Amino acid sequence: MNAHVQAPAAAVKTTCPYCGVGCGVIATPDGAGGAGIAGDTEHPANFGRLCSKGSALGETLSLDNRLLHPVVDGVRSSWESALGTVAGGLRKVAEQYGPDSIAFYLSGQLLTEDYYVANKLAKGFLGTPHVDTNSRLCMSSAVAAHRRAFGSDTVPGCYEDLDEADLIVLVGSNTAWCHPILFRRMVDARAKRGTKLVVIDPRRTQTGEEADLFLGLKPGTDTALFSGLLVHLASAGAFDYRFVLDHTTGLDGALERARSIAPDIAATAAATGLSEADVGQFFTLFARTKRVVTGFSQGVNQSAQGTDKGNAIINCHLATGRIGQPGAGPLSLTGQPNAMGGREVGGLANMLAAHMHFAPEEVDRVRRFWSAPNIITGEGMKAVALFEAVERGRIKALWVMGTNPVVSMPRADAIREAIKGLDLYVVSEAVSDSDTAMTTGRKTVLLPAQAWGEKDGTVTNSERRISRQRSFLKSPGEARADWAIISDVAKRLGHGEAFAYPNAAAIFREHASLSAFENNGSRDFDIGAVSDISDTAYAGAAPVQWPLTKRGGKQGRQRLFADGQFFTFDKRARFVAVQPPALAQAVSADFPFVLNTGRVRDHWHTMTRTGKSQRLSAHRDVPFVEIHPDDATAMGVTHGGLATVSTAHGAAVLEVMVGEGMRRGDLFAAFHWSGATASEGRVGALARGIPDPVSGQPELKATPSAIAPAVYRSRGFLLTREQRSLPAGWWWARATIQGGSGLHFATQESSREVALMLRGMFQGLEIAEYADHARGRYRFAAYDGERLVACLALTPGDAKPGWESEKTYFAAPDLEPSARRALLSGRAETASAGPTVCACHGIGLDVITATIAAGAHSVEAVGAACKAGTNCGSCIPEIRKLLPQALARDAA
Amino acid sequence: MKERLVVIGNGMASLRFLERLTERAPGRYDVTVVGAEPQAAYNRVLLSSLLGGEVDEAACAFRGLDWYEAHGIRLITGAPVTQVDRENALVMVGETHVLPFDKLVLAVGSLPIRLPKPGMDLPGIITFRDLADVAAIRKAAVTGAKAIVIGGGLLGLEAAVGLARLGVDTTLLHVMDRLMERQLDHHAAGLVKRAMESRGIRVLLKADTAHVEGDGRVERLVLSDGTVLPADLVVMSVGVRPNAVLAQGAGLEVGRGIKVDDRMTSSDPRIFALGECAEHRGMVYGLVEPAYDQAEVLSRHLVGEEAAYLGTSLATSLKVSGLPVFSAGEIEAPEHAETVVMSDPGLGLYRKLIIGDGKLLGAVFVGDIAEQGWCKTLIRTGEPIADHRDDLMFGRVHAPDSQSLAA
Repeated sequence: MNAHVQAPAAAVKTTCPYCGVGCGVIATPDGAGGAGIAGDTEHPANFGRLCSKGSALGETLSLDNRLLHPVVDGVRSSWESALGTVAGGLRKVAEQYGPDSIAFYLSGQLLTEDYYVANKLAKGFLGTPHVDTNSRLCMSSAVAAHRRAFGSDTVPGCYEDLDEADLIVLVGSNTAWCHPILFRRMVDARAKRGTKLVVIDPRRTQTGEEADLFLGLKPGTDTALFSGLLVHLASAGAFDYRFVLDHTTGLDGALERARSIAPDIAATAAATGLSEADVGQFFTLFARTKRVVTGFSQGVNQSAQGTDKGNAIINCHLATGRIGQPGAGPLSLTGQPNAMGGREVGGLANMLAAHMHFAPEEVDRVRRFWSAPNIITGEGMKAVALFEAVERGRIKALWVMGTNPVVSMPRADAIREAIKGLDLYVVSEAVSDSDTAMTTGRKTVLLPAQAWGEKDGTVTNSERRISRQRSFLKSPGEARADWAIISDVAKRLGHGEAFAYPNAAAIFREHASLSAFENNGSRDFDIGAVSDISDTAYAGAAPVQWPLTKRGGKQGRQRLFADGQFFTFDKRARFVAVQPPALAQAVSADFPFVLNTGRVRDHWHTMTRTGKSQRLSAHRDVPFVEIHPDDATAMGVTHGGLATVSTAHGAAVLEVMVGEGMRRGDLFAAFHWSGATASEGRVGALARGIPDPVSGQPELKATPSAIAPAVYRSRGFLLTREQRSLPAGWWWARATIQGGSGLHFATQESSREVALMLRGMFQGLEIAEYADHARGRYRFAAYDGERLVACLALTPGDAKPGWESEKTYFAAPDLEPSARRALLSGRAETASAGPTVCACHGIGLDVITATIAAGAHSVEAVGAACKAGTNCGSCIPEIRKLLPQALARDAA
Repeated sequence: MKERLVVIGNGMASLRFLERLTERAPGRYDVTVVGAEPQAAYNRVLLSSLLGGEVDEAACAFRGLDWYEAHGIRLITGAPVTQVDRENALVMVGETHVLPFDKLVLAVGSLPIRLPKPGMDLPGIITFRDLADVAAIRKAAVTGAKAIVIGGGLLGLEAAVGLARLGVDTTLLHVMDRLMERQLDHHAAGLVKRAMESRGIRVLLKADTAHVEGDGRVERLVLSDGTVLPADLVVMSVGVRPNAVLAQGAGLEVGRGIKVDDRMTSSDPRIFALGECAEHRGMVYGLVEPAYDQAEVLSRHLVGEEAAYLGTSLATSLKVSGLPVFSAGEIEAPEHAETVVMSDPGLGLYRKLIIGDGKLLGAVFVGDIAEQGWCKTLIRTGEPIADHRDDLMFGRVHAPDSQSLAA
């Protein structure tokens, strides 16, 4: 089974499952398990546009690598038995070690309804506070900064602000690659109204390339830059004192701290490593421009000082009153499709539910609403601490849903080891080959979950807009909705009544009711207006922004805080005095580089979905590390060669990309590759991940590291129809190609040994090959009849042989002889001489006809011009036949 | 009075010699040519095409009788020379002609070998050497006939292809473990075998003929392992030997062929030999290219130019059943030599280069032999090939003018 099978159906409006932009998608099932994908022109997040990832969603729907049945300890099981194992295991752990020995690790890709049910089961019924999520790695510092400044986790503005801003400042955000649709709005605004774009990032990314002003600051010095800006705004008279006096508190302390960090432009420049001119230009631009949006993402958040960085930014917006106004405000750009939804239901360890925390009246309110027998009363452990508790044996049972922490968490290798000690390890997953699904505890249960296109519910994007993700494919195998799986476990634990949900809409209604429960404007998150939404209305619901209060009606609000009313007890926003900037760990002689991690344009997270698309796999087809040219020379690594990047916590072998966009002393590696897609590409394992003391978000972008050449005898690639494995000890990286799977590899084996192995791998097929073993060169093509089913190239040394034309041949239904020859030569197809006519001199048909066309009008003249027919003469009859044909063609 | 030049034999070597001679010195000699066959020189290489009906007899012809006439050459056909009388400088054709000469060229070619096995003299066993053989084979190759070709060398393969094209059930026997074993390695020979089989020819290797049986005419062939193969026609193509009968009779020095020096002169300074009947520096050649080289040298010598024949490097370029094949130099790597190989059986493509000490020692090509001339040059000159390794293997960008490089 490798496709969803169902009748073709009408187009369905749904939401993209990738980043936090939350674009509307129209999916048209083709009836064969696939679907046509188009942007939804009516969706206000994208107005019909889709980025490379969204456009390729149709290529990611195959059932290859899907988890289709429950599996207990490696053996396929029934749902009945698997759920019984989970419930029994949880009960046993709770009885033996207490309920807080149980932990849940959720995902920003779960739907709000799934999230809600998981959070409710853990915090109200099992009674464990240890519910955290991969959103901890994504935007929890932004959440913490929001709460410190606004008293609530509220994004004040909306995407329309990007259309209406005169200055957009992007901090730690490669928006052009990671939020491409929003970036296009910014570029459009520049074209339309001359919006200036300032990009602040240690790396000159594609976004930096597009900037009017690029500030390539030293890693971790953002707070110095924004402290300096606050000081400058004060001295330049750019403060909105009326707003500050009426609606905020704490400016003096914050400004004093800012002055101690960056008293003037010169000090700011010194602290950040920028030129005074660039700093001055930025400050002046910011001071003079009323409509400023400061967008920030992982460069700010994934830091041991991420919360302070966020507040340093928000301070500047509060001081100038540029918040909640059209075209002005801080804007956290969220990485995941439903990070915001997870925050709404409270699916993080430092929240209870529905933007409520642990004040006694909040705990009591939620307990009453849920009729919860085991309501928790305080915060649980956040991701880093949670997995450390797994390592220490403090956590005995862990349930992971829809995420791949064994790849994405810092110190991922240590986490993989720690999981082995769990009494119960449960993974709700759509794919069977993720590193997380491949890891085992003492008892391991894999539960097949629905994937995008199958599941049904809601997500909330970066501008508080709730959109429907709708089902348009039948669930394959025995896959089920996450909320249904959780509810069934709850029933087995004796909580059937509280989890008797007939459908996702019922969960949404309960979630909406809780948001409005005893709210009366005290909490920002209130969607009471939809607490009685009918199943039908839910099914057809259009995207809408919260808050959606009963009083305010069903029209959401674009912006908050323009009225200066915040969600603190005194309704005033808070300035925050931030800490002086410092990285959590300094570089050393052993680890002299700062390792930054991040994303590439065409992959998402750990590639379990984007890795299936040949288009998305083409942009970056191997795990790589970027380095400045001077550093590359000093370390003896070369562009295109392989290098070992190591930290105190792990090592990876990555392909080197030398680029001027890097700062000296910095390395950058993308975190997408896992054990399923590369032999040694697990970059998450390298990060130390010291958490921010406020948000708990780990520092993933500044781990001290070392780089050294990784020397192999040869590099090569292998293209096959089915995925193939290479021998242990070889370096490899897998990428999907059209019509098959591609492996780049490096090996210490000789070309002779490689040839031997390859021939063994493809026995029974017709083998074409080129072997120059003296020079370590080998190329290979296997055919099943006329169809190319495998090809390989091996070259000695460090350089990766290119595979672009081979990929084209692999996608073709059949190959011309010239293409088959090019597969063996690795050279471009050349003009052929045509079939040999004169064997003695090896003269081809095309050469002879060209000779005739060039004026040789007799057998003798042809012979004189190109020697054909001048030896044995056996081809003279053929040449004689060619003469009139060629002359006739020439005359025509 | 002009010197009288008599040429015995009117094959391809003879004609090329006459062409070059008359180009260089028209009318210098009083030339008489006597040929045993009833026709003027024709293209022997096309015999298999003629056998298969691809071309007619006219297409095999080189020069019309008018050409000989126009160049003052007296041509006598159907006239087998019976004796060379050196003492009196006469060439005798039985009782019909007596031709006095001042200079004599022997271009009498070679004779097909018949296996010394029982039954080989039965009617229906035919050699494959000349137009008369082709006529005989075509006559025997009636619908439904079963033909056996003995000999997996080039000529045997071509005979088999010609027969198969006529629709005759054809079996090819070869005593060695691969076809054309002197020119091809196992892989290349395998491709040739595949090409033969794709034409419907059954190929039996290591097939050692024991004897032929039949009642008044060939009916079956028996192999030494006891296999019995029914046959209405057996084509014998197990090789040739230089035709040195006349020379021997005349008391010229003869080894395997008629011994000549670098000017193609025999032990008698008035008498020359060229082509397959000649033995030069211990070598006898069975291909047209050396014969043409020799014709060139002899024609120069006879008009008084300095010319010397130094031998032709052993190379084979030909089409077997439409499949181009080339081999030169070594066909298997000697110790310490490197081998570079490219092979795509589906394309019928094979290339092998043997390289020692940075020099090309040998090459075997099947399917595409475009770089063969270049290979021959590199093998002959021994110049380093470092920069050309990939071009030799994968081919250069082809254009008509690049062919001059392949000389």
